[in-house]
Amino acid sequence: MSPILFELLLRSIWETVLMTAASGLISLVFGLPLGLALIATERGGIAESPWVNRALGAVINGFRSVPFIILLVALIPVTRLIVGTSIGTWAAIVPLSIAATPYYARIAEVSLREVDRGLIEAARAMGGNRWTIIREVLVPEALPGIVAGFTVTLVTLIGASAMAGAIGAGGLGDLAIRYGYQRFETSVMIAVVIVLIILVCGIQWAGDRLVARLDRRG
Amino acid sequence: MNQHFTATAETADQPGATPQDVVRLVDLKRRFGGTAALDGISLTVRKGEILGIIGRSGAGKSTLIRCLNGLERPDSGEVFIEGREISRLGELDLQPLRRRIGMIFQHFNLLSAKTVEDNVALPLKIEGRPKAERLQRAAELLDLVGLSEKAKAYPVSLSGGQKQRVGIARALAARPALLLSDEATSALDPETTRSILALLKDINRQLGLTILLITHEMEVIRSIADRVAVIDAGRIVEEGPVWSVFAEPRSEITRSLLGAIRPQLPAELAARLLPSAGTETVLRVDVAGEAASGPLLSDLATAIPRPFRLVHGGIDHIQQQPVGTLFVSVPGSDASHLAAVITFLKARHARVEVLGHVANPV
Repeated sequence: MSPILFELLLRSIWETVLMTAASGLISLVFGLPLGLALIATERGGIAESPWVNRALGAVINGFRSVPFIILLVALIPVTRLIVGTSIGTWAAIVPLSIAATPYYARIAEVSLREVDRGLIEAARAMGGNRWTIIREVLVPEALPGIVAGFTVTLVTLIGASAMAGAIGAGGLGDLAIRYGYQRFETSVMIAVVIVLIILVCGIQWAGDRLVARLDRRG
Repeated sequence: MNQHFTATAETADQPGATPQDVVRLVDLKRRFGGTAALDGISLTVRKGEILGIIGRSGAGKSTLIRCLNGLERPDSGEVFIEGREISRLGELDLQPLRRRIGMIFQHFNLLSAKTVEDNVALPLKIEGRPKAERLQRAAELLDLVGLSEKAKAYPVSLSGGQKQRVGIARALAARPALLLSDEATSALDPETTRSILALLKDINRQLGLTILLITHEMEVIRSIADRVAVIDAGRIVEEGPVWSVFAEPRSEITRSLLGAIRPQLPAELAARLLPSAGTETVLRVDVAGEAASGPLLSDLATAIPRPFRLVHGGIDHIQQQPVGTLFVSVPGSDASHLAAVITFLKARHARVEVLGHVANPV
């Protein structure tokens, strides 16, 4: 591999890491509250509200049913509104975040639903309000699942970011297509695959370790 | 203020009610679909007493106990806690009230992500107490329940009995006026059950804490309750001091719940009982109080000097009151002799029931 290609590889790694980290963080910040809202508003939840629940569910399902490559293009006006351009790494972060947020909301919802209802009842019996229940019961008890779900989301984002090359965002996927596939640079293709494997394994390993440390359920 | 005034006036109207009542329920009703979980429950819990509510599963016990801290709302009727009607209060008004009421659960409901001391201190955190005070109170309570060395442990490392001790410590953290116990020993083995019940009794005596417990086990009622209410299909079918309900159960359901812990005629003898014609007559004799402490059987032998056999039975002490059940077999088919025996026993305040006859006594 030539030094120029090597430099390209390093830049692509950085672009992938940036896209994954930024959109992952955004999906955590918006997806977790969304998952909490789904749990709180469902039947028998701490803020039961069937209509809000149905509306949230419909919006989430709507975004989740659009294939990412289409979302990437369809959201171009929104992207331009937010980051001022529709091309480049930062421009890709907008559709990646918008795709990952409902995905993560559903994963968080599953973890939060597994919290024993008896614990919520105990907190209510102590005189706790909704905020207490969220802060002291739902989130801490579901934390191992919330972290494990975030790991899954990050790995999914690495995959999705490969498509972001379609709007000139760069990244490892884009490099592999343009050099590895279209220019027959097999060494680039192999290098990209190895880097991706290392990235995914690293994220999964770190996530698993964190979950093991947080999980006190035995 | 107005609320308080009406509540007091209400209390004064009710014969027998005093400001000493921590809980007073008036004609509580709650339906779930087609079934009535509570069908007109009226009940009082006096300050400092342990009231046990017993019934089969599905009798309405859980719904009842949840009405007391507003986790469940009755369709109609009134719930007075320390003189204040709470059944129509909103969630925001219920929150401070619930801090006056501790609750322990069958499955302990400890937070797995918090240490033992943080679990115990949680009610105080909810009250907004400073951290130092919370931890000091948690240490006091863990000392009370005998788990000081587990303060920094997580619930997963505790046994069932230890978890319930933490549950009790947590329920006491905010110095409640009333402790609700929802089948607190049902998930524990008999030995652990005894130690948890002893702890509850201790707390009742030491702190004068009023306890309302629900259970399906008569043994629990027997060991710690002062009064018992038997609930079936959403109604109270029997209520009174534990020893008197044990001595003289009036309803079928009470007798069946008592069956497990009161002496029963041995099965092989019961199987041989005939409705009539036999060489011996088997009687069940229930005695309580003075009748059970006196020399009943030797007096019988002196008064009617003909043989009889004690087949089975025993005398139990409930709330320091002797409560006995004896199975006596009277030989012979002489009806007047049998009548004399029964008359003698009844004159001594025993309840006598002819169970049947045996053809070939062993």
